[in-house]
Amino acid sequence: MNPVELRGLSYAYGEGELRRPVLRNVDLTVRTGEIVLLTGPSGSGKTTLLTLIGALRAMQEGSARVLGEELMDATETARVRLRRRIGFIFQNHNLLGFLTARQNVAMALEQDGALGEAARLDRAGRLLGAVGLAGHEDRVPAKLSGGQRQRVSVARALAADPGLILADEPTAALDKASGQEVVQLLRNLAKSRGVAILLVTHDPRILDIADRIVAMEDGRIVQSDTVPG
Amino acid sequence: MNEIPRPETLLPWAPERTGEAPPPAAAAPRRKGPGLLAATLLAVRLAWRQLRAEKARLASAIAGVLFACVLVFMQLGFRGALFESATNLIGSMRGDLFLMHPMTLASFRPEPLPRVRAQQALALPEVERAAPIYLAQSTWRNPVDGSRRTIQLIGVDVAAGVLDFPGLAPLVDQLKRADTVAFDRSSRPEFGPIAALLAERGGPIEAEIGNRRMDVVGLIEIGPSFGADGNVVLSEVNFRRVVKERQVAAVDLVAVKLRPGTDIAQAQARLRALLPPDVMVLTQEELRAHERRYWEEATPIGFIFAFGSLMGLVVGMVIVYQILFSDIASHQKEYATLKAMGYSGFYLARVVLGAALILAVAGFIPGLVLSWFLYGVVADATFLPLRLDLALAGLVFGMIFTMCALAGLLAVRKLRDANPADMF
Ligand SMILES: Nc1ncnc2c1ncn2[C@@H]1O[C@H](COP(=O)(O)OP(=O)(O)OP(=O)(O)O)[C@@H](O)[C@H]1O
Ligand SMILES: [Mg+2]
Repeated sequence: MNPVELRGLSYAYGEGELRRPVLRNVDLTVRTGEIVLLTGPSGSGKTTLLTLIGALRAMQEGSARVLGEELMDATETARVRLRRRIGFIFQNHNLLGFLTARQNVAMALEQDGALGEAARLDRAGRLLGAVGLAGHEDRVPAKLSGGQRQRVSVARALAADPGLILADEPTAALDKASGQEVVQLLRNLAKSRGVAILLVTHDPRILDIADRIVAMEDGRIVQSDTVPG
Repeated sequence: MNEIPRPETLLPWAPERTGEAPPPAAAAPRRKGPGLLAATLLAVRLAWRQLRAEKARLASAIAGVLFACVLVFMQLGFRGALFESATNLIGSMRGDLFLMHPMTLASFRPEPLPRVRAQQALALPEVERAAPIYLAQSTWRNPVDGSRRTIQLIGVDVAAGVLDFPGLAPLVDQLKRADTVAFDRSSRPEFGPIAALLAERGGPIEAEIGNRRMDVVGLIEIGPSFGADGNVVLSEVNFRRVVKERQVAAVDLVAVKLRPGTDIAQAQARLRALLPPDVMVLTQEELRAHERRYWEEATPIGFIFAFGSLMGLVVGMVIVYQILFSDIASHQKEYATLKAMGYSGFYLARVVLGAALILAVAGFIPGLVLSWFLYGVVADATFLPLRLDLALAGLVFGMIFTMCALAGLLAVRKLRDANPADMF
């Protein structure tokens, strides 16, 4: 079972006269442990596709199997539940400002219900260590640099042991070095843990981490190149 | 800058993934999430952490709840004091049944009934005694500064044991003398320092009631009410000397005492059958309720206090709603992120409601303390029996809690605007 299998997926914003198709008949598969980069001009529908795969938006047409769950006609409850198994990394870190780095990461483990409070904080601490933030666990986001915040959000995305990570321009708000760091981190994780990663980017500096680069244009996938290892 | 960790350093939290440790024996259980109670506690804790992070906002929210709390406490306190003091007089009358004119609305404005009804009541063998009570208001002149004020007169056969005011019994003989009264020591201070004058003189002091010189021979304890700022008790004869226009044959109330062991309800029915329809036969409880109803319904006073309480709650609710609303609006991103992380709308609603209820508690406690203090201040200034008991505190907490919960429920709708699909 592949983490992502899209068949004939189409999506449009607006209704009636104002209806504007944004995705047209998209087919895409992402395999376990594979890193797929999604590129394309602005407005080509990359973000829309990511929100559909992430169960953040209700499907309209076609089929999307994500981590084994069919999203077409899925209930809101089923979508909420599926999101817990997906790690999201946003362009802006979107950490909760009133929580420490450790508490932010632990938030990703709460809805799981499998771990107690102490175990959650413990795992959060180890994850922060793993992303190179040992010693910064108890700082609030305002006291961290942009790159450090984004690494906290990487740790948070990984905390619940997701089968899939979705990232939308995770390096856009970072300088070159921090961006490289975060992307390398993601790559290491994907390879060591077998997590599939679908990453939207305009950033040519990070293309080399990909296993495959998929290009979109006007709501269609126009190119899919495997990067020679 | 920290060095990028190698994959090996990532191992500790998921060794089964890398083959370092065997995978768990059973397939991973379906993720069901924490229980309802656990999740609620986590939500409330998150609400608290969020509130705590913004001290100024938290302080203004608590101030809003505190304000509503004090307002409601004061309104309900006044209301309770009014209704309690309104029945002070009636509560201290001794009688199993009372005869009253059907048109009497309240004791401070009585409609007289024929005195002969008292004698007629005595026709029933179970009636032991039927004592008339005269009520009127007259003018009292402050013996120190000469200012005039309306005072309530209560005229009875002082020896008949109709009234049970503390201090009355030892004064009975003196009150039988001409032009004597017993003064209510809890009357408002504007009537003059009567207690001090009595103590100083060591005997009766002169007073003027309705332009007639009277001797104050002693003190009793009744307490002011909204209908009367002060009271005096005097004999029937002395009463008519002050209230000259009053006919002997017209009384305001008749207190009926039944022989011990008589069934009050049966006697009440028999008296009703016996007496003409120009009197009502009421038990003491019914008479109290009648008096209370007057203040509650016939005057806008009850409504004013209810309205005042409601306004306090509405203002408090608006403040709490505003705070919660702007809290959600300014944390829209965070709420949307939580939704993206698999937090349900129900969980987030509990965060908002949790914040509302934290504000309810955090505002109520100082509100209670402040109200308790203000009750003392007001009671000293007005001589009204403001009482803050557990029942009232519970009632107000219930109202504040409901107020905050409603504000929270209104604010929860704002969560819909936090759309996780807008996060990318
Ligand atoms: N919520 C929305 N309502 C209506 N139209 C939208 C909405 N979100 C996006 N669109 C439109 O859909 C099209 C695709 O948008 P999308 O954000 O998916 O593109 P993108 O490839 O991510 O672009 P970018 O590279 O600029 O982020 C655009 O024309 C955009 O204007
Ligand atoms: Mg985009």
